[in-house]
Amino acid sequence: MVIDELHDRCGEWLKGDGPQSDIVMSSRIRLARNLADFPFIRRCNDIDRANIESTVRERLGREGAFTTLNFFNVAKLNSLDRQLLVERQLISRELSNADGARAVAIDSSERLSLMVNEEDHLRIQVMKSGLNLDGAWEQINQLDDDIESRLTYAFHPKFGYLTACPTNAGTGIRVSVLVHLPALAITHQIEKVFRSLQKINLVVRGLYGEGTQAMGDFYQISNQVTLGKTEREIIDQVADVIPYVIDYERKARQYLLDEKQNDLFDRVSRAYGTLQTAQQISSEETMYLLSRVRMGVNLGLIDNLEIPNINQLFLRTQPAHLQKICQQALDTDQRNVERANYLRRQLKRDDTDAQSN
Amino acid sequence: MKCQKCEKPATFHITDITGKEGLLELHLCPDCAKHYLQTGEGQQETPKISGVLSTQLKLEQTAEDLKELDGKECPICGISFYEFRQAGRLGCPHDYVFFGEELEPLLINVHSGSQHVGKQPKRGVRDTESQTELIRLRREMKEAVQEENYERAQELRDRIRSIEGEGQSSE
Ligand SMILES: [Zn+2]
Ligand SMILES: [Zn+2]
Repeated sequence: MVIDELHDRCGEWLKGDGPQSDIVMSSRIRLARNLADFPFIRRCNDIDRANIESTVRERLGREGAFTTLNFFNVAKLNSLDRQLLVERQLISRELSNADGARAVAIDSSERLSLMVNEEDHLRIQVMKSGLNLDGAWEQINQLDDDIESRLTYAFHPKFGYLTACPTNAGTGIRVSVLVHLPALAITHQIEKVFRSLQKINLVVRGLYGEGTQAMGDFYQISNQVTLGKTEREIIDQVADVIPYVIDYERKARQYLLDEKQNDLFDRVSRAYGTLQTAQQISSEETMYLLSRVRMGVNLGLIDNLEIPNINQLFLRTQPAHLQKICQQALDTDQRNVERANYLRRQLKRDDTDAQSN
Repeated sequence: MKCQKCEKPATFHITDITGKEGLLELHLCPDCAKHYLQTGEGQQETPKISGVLSTQLKLEQTAEDLKELDGKECPICGISFYEFRQAGRLGCPHDYVFFGEELEPLLINVHSGSQHVGKQPKRGVRDTESQTELIRLRREMKEAVQEENYERAQELRDRIRSIEGEGQSSE
């Protein structure tokens, strides 16, 4: 696998299948781990970082499950390739922007990514399409056992897996579910949902597109506590609350259908129309409009589009993907034009061509 | 207590640990807290650290205590408590033991307790001390090389090799 093959592919979190995938985009679990015989990243010099990278690479590469992974030396990638990996959620912005030896290993389905020398020596991540935390846990737990049989983790009987930041200590687990909540946003109920989630110590974040702008009604719900609970308890805490969030969103959609039909149809078709005709469009506006269209497709208001196609558009209109598609470096203004071109091509009103004959 | 961003009473006490500012304490009213949490002021797409902690960090030390505490340095990696406080990141695994007393209240506030109950490495935890020792020896060796004290560096390298050797044979 080479980086240039990636932008063409679908990516696990946008596949649009799996349980509840009209609302839940993806389920993700990551584990933070550190090697026992090296300082944490902050206190590593260049030699330490290079040693960590080569140790991990050598031990995992020997045999077994990890030999099929694609190892990318992130330090040697140019900024466009790094950004492409960030947009695909395969590496974090922190790993992309860091200095010194660092790497990521990715499986060909893009479900597993293993970052080396991020905030911790190892960040193992498993992603599943739709709502599937159990599947993600099963896979990551096995991988973790396998890695642990090859490397000595920093572990303390009281504090658990030792992490660079004490807020990750203990299990080192972060359980996240990415949900699409456009109807709750339109009906101004999203704050209420946020407040109740915060009360039970869950963290809600917007998903960010270009810069720091929130990306089209996507929210990530994750745990905050990592110490003093078992992995199972932490996963269940997130898993138990998601059905309520889904239910709220479905009720809000039904309310819009029943009570605000004209308003809803208007929003959806204007969004669709703008995406089909715009001559230049920002990443932010694209996300905003695609979010409306996505809901429209889920509610059967648009019938010539499929969810996986829209999910693809969310990804391929991101800056790095767009530049890969256009095969050239583009500044913001150029991107806005190319983005509109790309959207018009993808959302072509083929009915006018086909039916006029 | 008043909200730091408006005049309403502060009911949310947020401790945000960011890479740049270290520990940041905010006392906000529900509206400003909501805004802070949603707009991601100071947040990044991937949590710089695990993020926003809606509990209050109790650092109830006096100025003098704090100054003394700030000067405390880990014998293994050399990080001072001050540096940890500023960065929000620890320097090595031993810091959990060395700064244990100071970390405990923070951990209890952030988490649900300070005792790990999750999974454990199947391999024994017994060799952690010699592993931590390796961190210290490597650091001392680098320092010896910098000071051009090659005799000492050689000595240290032999000890590192012997510990690494033990580790290999026990696998
Ligand atoms: Zn306020
Ligand atoms: Zn230390």
